[in-house]
Amino acid sequence: MPGYAFATAAGPPFDRTVEQTMIAIVDYAKGNLQSVQKGLEAAGARDARIVTAPDDIAAADAVVLPGVGAFADASRSMIESGQMDAVRNAIQEGKPFLGICLGLHLLFEAGTEHAVEGEALPEGLGIIPGVCERIPKTNAAGDAFKVPQMGWNSIEFVVLPNNEMGTESSTTCESSPARPSSPLLDGIREGEFFYFTHSYIAPDNPYTQATTTHSSTFPCFVDVGGTCFGIQFHPEKSSDAGIHVLRNFVKVVEG
Amino acid sequence: MLTKRVIPCMDVKDGRVVKGVNFVNLRDAGDPIELAQRYDEQKADEVIFLDITATHEGRDTTVALASRAAEELHLPYCVGGGFRSVADIRTMIAAGADKVSVNSAAVKDPSILTQAAEAFGSQAIVCAIDAKQVQPGLDKWEVYVRGGREATGIDAVEWAREVVKRGAGEILLTSMDRDGSQDGFDCALTRAVARAVDVPVIASGGVGKLEHFAEGILEGEADAVLAASVFHFGTFTIREVKEYMAAQGIPVRL
Repeated sequence: MPGYAFATAAGPPFDRTVEQTMIAIVDYAKGNLQSVQKGLEAAGARDARIVTAPDDIAAADAVVLPGVGAFADASRSMIESGQMDAVRNAIQEGKPFLGICLGLHLLFEAGTEHAVEGEALPEGLGIIPGVCERIPKTNAAGDAFKVPQMGWNSIEFVVLPNNEMGTESSTTCESSPARPSSPLLDGIREGEFFYFTHSYIAPDNPYTQATTTHSSTFPCFVDVGGTCFGIQFHPEKSSDAGIHVLRNFVKVVEG
Repeated sequence: MLTKRVIPCMDVKDGRVVKGVNFVNLRDAGDPIELAQRYDEQKADEVIFLDITATHEGRDTTVALASRAAEELHLPYCVGGGFRSVADIRTMIAAGADKVSVNSAAVKDPSILTQAAEAFGSQAIVCAIDAKQVQPGLDKWEVYVRGGREATGIDAVEWAREVVKRGAGEILLTSMDRDGSQDGFDCALTRAVARAVDVPVIASGGVGKLEHFAEGILEGEADAVLAASVFHFGTFTIREVKEYMAAQGIPVRL
């Protein structure tokens, strides 16, 4: 592929002589992942490193799948490199996982972005059922919306009916009686703004704990079992609120 | 609801902010990253670094700046100015820029937009358009290049349509007539372009009062408003601007 080389892409060989949790940031598109890495560091991660090898993903304590490029290209590249299986195994083993933007989409079974007509849809990790599709250009009333959605939008909580009330996290926010259960949303207020830049969205699914509204209302945050998370917005670009979410993730990783 | 953005723009030469910056308590008034972090605290929605360096050595400094911004700034940022080829754009994106803004090079060869959009996605490709009214009283504007020094004979609204078709995901629209005037945005120009395209339009050039920011959105129908001097000189903080906009019923992130 016509990749562009830069120093951080291939980090130092994996070394576990120091006893600390390691977060693997999966590089599947030779994209720039420094802001994700530095965001995690700002959030308290002591060892967040950019990795490409499936073995390094397997050896990590937690995995971050950032959002670079299009679904079809990421899917192909991750399957060919063995990263897809390595990431799926890590999630199934219960290691903390965070998918950002396209990384959220890849949690689903498939996506239509850059799909070839007449061929099977590119596959994702298949952790959550459903297909990621393009943002509708109009809302239900027929008003036109700009795609990609680019900029800051607010999130609304989805509190599942079986969500236990009175957990520790609910004491941190007094304004809303019903809090989502996810540890990643701990201390985040309903209506908080985050930075979005995307043309595709995740389908409705039972794991959604926050939504955002553009032309339609769509999942912007999913939590599968309290360890596997997907976020549509970019926490690493969302100023203090974004770093707060990353800090919550680092807390999950460090137990 | 997607909010309207307020964007401070910094002119950068050899890695340093050049337009007068009159901020108190800055350790280094010429450091674009420190200034950007200050704007982040004030709730800037993103920042633009406009590279006005001419030399090759200076360009390398700007790439280093983009790389530092990726590490130290938790905010989206765009680097504009001086891109001549897709290779130049690739270097800047690889350094960590979320977006690049292309101006003269797109007029010279619009295919640069298509190639860049295919390689990095439309969301990363901003086309900057510098436009000047053809004659007073006439709703017609001409595209200028080379920092506003050279007329092209191209109609600005037609050009906006063209660059979007070519792959630009956003338009940074500067009124040459209003730039530096403090008379407010050219809302007729902004509205004409905003209605012609289906990508976000950033209004630029002419802000002097708080009212101007709201006018750019309400009358100009822009998705974002850009200013430089009024922020650098501390005339208004970004928070003041957003509070004013919110009071006018404009959705902003506060």
